[in-house]
Amino acid sequence: MNFLLLQALTGLAAASSLFLVSAGLTVIFGVTRVVNFAHGSLYLLGAYIGWSILTRLPTDPGWFVLGILLAGAATALLGLVLETTLLRRIYRAPELLQLLATFGVVLMVQDIALKIWGAQDLALPRPRWLRASVILLGERFPQFDLALIAIGPLVLLLLWLLFTRTRWGTLVRAATQDRDMVAALGVDQRMLFTSVFALGAALAGIGGALALPDGSANLQMDLSIITDAFVVVVVGGLGSLPGAFLASLLIGLLQAFGIVLIPGATSILVFAVMAVVLVLRPHGLLGRAQPVSRAEAPPSVVRAAPASLRWAGVAALALAIAAPLVVGPFALSVLTEMAVAVLFAASLHFMMGPGGMPSFGHAAWFGIGAYTAALAAKSLALPMPAGMLLAPIVAGTVALLFGWFVVRLSGVYLAMLTLAFAQIVWAVAFQSTGLTGGDNGVLGVWPAAWAADPRVFYWLALAVCLGATLALRRVLGSPFGYALRATRDSPLRAAAIGLDDGAIRLAAFAVAGACAGLSGGIAAYSKGSVFPSFIAIGHSVDALLMVLLGGVGTLAGPVIGALAYTGLYDALLLATDLWRFALGAIIVVLVLAFPDGIAGTAQRLWLRGREA
Amino acid sequence: MLTRRTLLAASATLAAPAILRAQTSTPIRIGEINSYTAAAAFTLPYRNGWQLALEQVNAAGGVLGRKLEVISRDDAGQPQNAIRLAGELLNDQKVDLLAGGFLSNVGLALTDFALQNKKLFVAGEPLSDALVWEKGNRYTYRLRPSTYMQAAMLVPDAAKLKAKKWATVAPNYEYGTSTVKWFKQLLSAARPDVEWVGDQLPTLGKIDAGATVAALAQARPDAILNVTFGGDLTSFVRQGNTRGLFDGRAVVSVLTGEPEYLDPLGAETPEGWLVTGYPVSAVTDPANQAFIAAYRAKFNELPKMGSVVGAALIASIVAGITQSGGTDTEKMADGFAGAAFATPFGRAMWRAQDHQSTLGTYVGKTALKDGHGTMVDWRYIDGADALPDDAAVKKMRAG
Repeated sequence: MNFLLLQALTGLAAASSLFLVSAGLTVIFGVTRVVNFAHGSLYLLGAYIGWSILTRLPTDPGWFVLGILLAGAATALLGLVLETTLLRRIYRAPELLQLLATFGVVLMVQDIALKIWGAQDLALPRPRWLRASVILLGERFPQFDLALIAIGPLVLLLLWLLFTRTRWGTLVRAATQDRDMVAALGVDQRMLFTSVFALGAALAGIGGALALPDGSANLQMDLSIITDAFVVVVVGGLGSLPGAFLASLLIGLLQAFGIVLIPGATSILVFAVMAVVLVLRPHGLLGRAQPVSRAEAPPSVVRAAPASLRWAGVAALALAIAAPLVVGPFALSVLTEMAVAVLFAASLHFMMGPGGMPSFGHAAWFGIGAYTAALAAKSLALPMPAGMLLAPIVAGTVALLFGWFVVRLSGVYLAMLTLAFAQIVWAVAFQSTGLTGGDNGVLGVWPAAWAADPRVFYWLALAVCLGATLALRRVLGSPFGYALRATRDSPLRAAAIGLDDGAIRLAAFAVAGACAGLSGGIAAYSKGSVFPSFIAIGHSVDALLMVLLGGVGTLAGPVIGALAYTGLYDALLLATDLWRFALGAIIVVLVLAFPDGIAGTAQRLWLRGREA
Repeated sequence: MLTRRTLLAASATLAAPAILRAQTSTPIRIGEINSYTAAAAFTLPYRNGWQLALEQVNAAGGVLGRKLEVISRDDAGQPQNAIRLAGELLNDQKVDLLAGGFLSNVGLALTDFALQNKKLFVAGEPLSDALVWEKGNRYTYRLRPSTYMQAAMLVPDAAKLKAKKWATVAPNYEYGTSTVKWFKQLLSAARPDVEWVGDQLPTLGKIDAGATVAALAQARPDAILNVTFGGDLTSFVRQGNTRGLFDGRAVVSVLTGEPEYLDPLGAETPEGWLVTGYPVSAVTDPANQAFIAAYRAKFNELPKMGSVVGAALIASIVAGITQSGGTDTEKMADGFAGAAFATPFGRAMWRAQDHQSTLGTYVGKTALKDGHGTMVDWRYIDGADALPDDAAVKKMRAG
């Protein structure tokens, strides 16, 4: 019994740390609608800056508190710079494009932190008072953790006062509910957005600095916190502070007790809980449906490309077919990878663009397809074509089953439910060591003898991937494609003319899953192996980046985005040690230069030329 | 489509100067792949180590009269990247052999790649046993003491402890689970009275230290096996110190004596842990002192474990190529076996039976000195003394 109580206290301390970071994230989202991937980077910077400050200050409690607040102020300043130089310029861009920009920032910060603070973990020497413990229920419990338990509710209280007792807070709440109305009433939105972002950044920085006494500042902490913070924000309900607090408690306690009951499964427990919460409450525990933004015009109908673009496409295809005759084996493997990426991105675009269903977990289908193909070859000894055929069938079937839960949601909630599912699939692949080889993956999945020549395999991959991509385009131009867009643009009117929007969205979801599975099946044979990292969050993010980089609003977008992203990644990885910084910087520049994606902006410029 | 062609052209231009050099002096080219960005704390000192050794080899006239060249790539911690880069090194850079690796899964992926492409792969850091045993093949050699060897080096001292009830904590992936498995098996064999009372498997990089420490304490073990490292280890030690988990308990801890992981513990280094590691300047052996002096002269800091691995990797490859009399892959696959090489830890050799090197490591106890962690009562254990007998190896290698 005592143990359970102590474990609960430990969970509460963890919950407080989590709440600090999540509070900033949820406030930023509520007002600016920015899915801020860089929040983890601000947390990381808070820890490193905190280390630099605290190691130079006396070690008394008073100085410690001051140092933490200074670290918060410094990250607030960085947040301010980030908002004014980058995000402010792209608020009008299509939804989720800001995510792409903030991801670029994540990459840049990783290399910047490495350059400034070095590779070694930086641990803050703890003075005696930070190491002290008190005897609680017969066991030693860290004093600092007790302080943390108090800090969570204290921050919640302060934020509550700030939001309810000040004019600024009132405006923030108003903007969270209806930002167009606030703008119509003449409130300076820019100031509001900037200050909210700075506040969120400060909370992340303080959270990072407060992580120092219990651990160290290290280069992995940005990505390790960001998913948990997203989970908390979504489970609590986007934009809801009390929701974030409640969700932090839930996650903190769950982890504390989870490791007692099922050691090794805690990270999955978190995602399983998120899935359950979202299925039962589609807007999180305390969230509300997001009001439709009145400022945005409905996306224009995507039409078939003009003839000149078609010819460009045919020329590109001819080049792609002829490529193996001129390029070397490595370039060929990059081209094969690009073909796979094109289908992977096109399948995500299918549900995300015309379908209006963004996904943070698209790698799940890719991974299921890849594992299906690999296990068909290794465990069932099936020939390669059978494996490649099974891949989309299995992925599509699982997508159909799971999609039933997903399609009832919308926006970021939908995206996060797909992420939860992807994490569960990842865990199954990672933990079922007997079947999947765990993190060592399935090795030795090489193509059949007739396709062993890299050139033959490339042509095969090109035919399958481009064929499927063109089929997806075809579907979008069919009555089904228009019905799908109708459910995205106006669910009410779509229902009124007799469209079954649930069934249509579900079908689109399954088709997207099957196509991603097909690309995974090809990838398995082209790499010769399959790993859980095929399903990891990073791979889902890759798909998202490709689609956003190319442009959600055009049919050519995912194709161009996939080619640009894969090409950039491969070229930079070979060219420089600082490839993360370079890739991040290029992404940021591209986002600023092409706010509608590369293809989207090209299309706009093209149309402008036509109209003039 | 412009993008694709421009980029390929751009990467070709970048590679061009290296190709020109190759034509004039035909150096021996090693294609090296490691997780430089994903595991910088270990791999950057490692890179320093191989760069230093490379410089020394070339200053001494190279290998078989040819210059040695290393072309290095970052796999970002992803096995699929490693495979793609291995293809690039093989096909575009025309390397003579592959080397490197940090994570077990990257190492195994490259092992499979080596078999498929019939190209030699010399693994430096990956600790997975499968690399040379279950998944081992003719083309793969591995330098560092594996998870089995690390466990085998610690068990004799662990078996002398009075402790009967043991608990374990390890990161939840191959390295962690494999080390725990071997340690349990070997200790239970040496001490049939030992009882295993609890296992914790935190996610790598995301340990919930407070809860983990409390759960371990709740199991009331007499001793603990720790396999965590890096940021997880720091968090674990801090919570353990404050909560008194280590008071009156023996702790056996893998890799914790390596400066990469010991240094961040600082003044909180727990005393008396039985660890594997590297006591750096305390080892007065001339080979080690010479290495430290050269390393300090070049990088102005003390070497770490990674630096030793990097330097030994180059030495082991040089010895292997010299003994093979060239860089023909089939000749190297046979010729590396039995080649002896000098390392900062002393002499080691490539075993013929499983292509594991006999490079060992230091076993000792942690201690605090002037607010820093250090190793005391250490001794070097040769890798050859920490391996199972040939019959057992043969059985595992057969699959």
